[in-house]
Amino acid sequence: MIDYSQRLNPEVQALQPSGIRKFFDIANEMEDVISLSIGEPDFVTPWHIRQAGIRSLEDGKTWYSPNRGFIELREGICKWFMRHYHVHYEPKTECLVTVGGSEAIDGCIRCMVQPGDEVLIPQPSFVCYQPLTEMAGGVPVIIETKAEHGFRLTPEELKAAITPKTKLLILPYPNNPTGAVMRREHLEAIANVLHGTDVMVLSDEIYSELTYGDTRHVTFSEIPEMRERTIVINGFSKAFAMTGWRLGFALGPAPIIKQMTKLHQYAIMSAPTMSQLAAVEAMNNGDGDSAYMREQYDMRRRLIVDGFNALGLTCFEPEGAFYIFPCIRSTGLSSDDFCEKLIQEEHVAVVPGTAFGKCGEGFVRVSYSYSIKHITEALSRIGHFMQSHHADTL
Amino acid sequence: MDRLLTLLNENARLTTEQLAVMLNETEENVNNAIMKYEREGVIRGYKAIINWEKVDCNNAIAIIELRVSPKRERGFDEIANKIMSLPEVDSVYLVSGGYDLAVIIHGSTMQEIAMFVMRRLSTLDSVLSTTTHFILTRYKADGIIMNAAEETDGRRDLSCD
Repeated sequence: MIDYSQRLNPEVQALQPSGIRKFFDIANEMEDVISLSIGEPDFVTPWHIRQAGIRSLEDGKTWYSPNRGFIELREGICKWFMRHYHVHYEPKTECLVTVGGSEAIDGCIRCMVQPGDEVLIPQPSFVCYQPLTEMAGGVPVIIETKAEHGFRLTPEELKAAITPKTKLLILPYPNNPTGAVMRREHLEAIANVLHGTDVMVLSDEIYSELTYGDTRHVTFSEIPEMRERTIVINGFSKAFAMTGWRLGFALGPAPIIKQMTKLHQYAIMSAPTMSQLAAVEAMNNGDGDSAYMREQYDMRRRLIVDGFNALGLTCFEPEGAFYIFPCIRSTGLSSDDFCEKLIQEEHVAVVPGTAFGKCGEGFVRVSYSYSIKHITEALSRIGHFMQSHHADTL
Repeated sequence: MDRLLTLLNENARLTTEQLAVMLNETEENVNNAIMKYEREGVIRGYKAIINWEKVDCNNAIAIIELRVSPKRERGFDEIANKIMSLPEVDSVYLVSGGYDLAVIIHGSTMQEIAMFVMRRLSTLDSVLSTTTHFILTRYKADGIIMNAAEETDGRRDLSCD
């Protein structure tokens, strides 16, 4: 008998599985569950983009692409990025097409981080940064962002966290799970702290197209002198409802992209050809699709924020992504208990804030990537839940 | 306020408050806009879309193609007016192609509809011929898939395999 625990890498074994799982297992066994837990668009990929993917199969384009991705896609990406975010990247040397934003995050961290290097990770945030840092031998340094600052990273918090060992700062905005956005002035304040240091920045901007309000998303690489230290991660999943196509990209200085390309080449070879050819269509003719989806999400966002506030589950106004992050402390329950009771009693699934970092305690993540009908039904069930739990505390 | 129409077209039961929140408008503005649309005849009514097959009652629907001879002065309007004034008639469309009017009729039985076509429609002066198509199943109507079970969310929670 092989004792697998002796044969497996203890560091991998020590990685924590995602904390969300328990609730999904409960939800899966129930009928009539209303879920507000899923973190992907409810839209189907726009037809003209799907058609481009279908055409690629009809034309028999079933071979590998170049390691970095098709040049027409990299050109499309760089033009799209320039058109939306006003920073030029060279398609040949400063762009790498990856299997989702996730691969780009992994590749970037592995390229930069040496054993002992500190990686600054604002939380609450997407779950992958910490384990990927640990696997690279780095030391995750968690910065707990606060509700009173709109869950933005503040220059003071950043300054306090930087040490001579700091190698990389993760900037996960627009943020999953909080919906927080860093506007230009907030990014400038961060840049001021970074000036004169050699801290690099991984700016995970996968939700960039889902930024609401009067001004659009600002990429960190647009802030003066930040381009040379920034790797921008973005992709197609959120902006074009293409999660299942698994396609993302990294934009950054040529020497970094060159090293990331080597890792990508050995681990992945190249991103799927069909997905890349569909993505060319998205880059060239998909702006209207993103704008339409953004408008739909925006209406749902206002509806759900208003609904939660009316129930006494206050949430700060999320300005990006498709999540709200209401505070549930008024119920006297922990995040885990709230989620467990809500699914048991009202069959509504949401995700405890603690799944995104310890400082998510007292909050839950609610996705509004659902139809208005679905959202209003969920709100009415949560309203019922709040009534019965209010009565409990009397 | 075109987005208001889009929202109401999808779900007319949203409250003024919900509409106002979604559109980032005051309730008063939304109310006024709705009243204006109603006054101007842009909004012509509100009704539920019902899957009658789920309800234990007799219901039959037919689409009837009518070929008619238009009148010198009034074209198809005169005959269309006559037909749409009949309460059994749900919809009347003037269409291009092999026939002129498409008429949708709801009745309690197929027999009743057949009698209606025979006695009331085909006897009208300018009606040249009728072809009756009974609806066997409504899969989708007015943008709504009738069998809710087929309207599934194909997304899965990533970590739950």
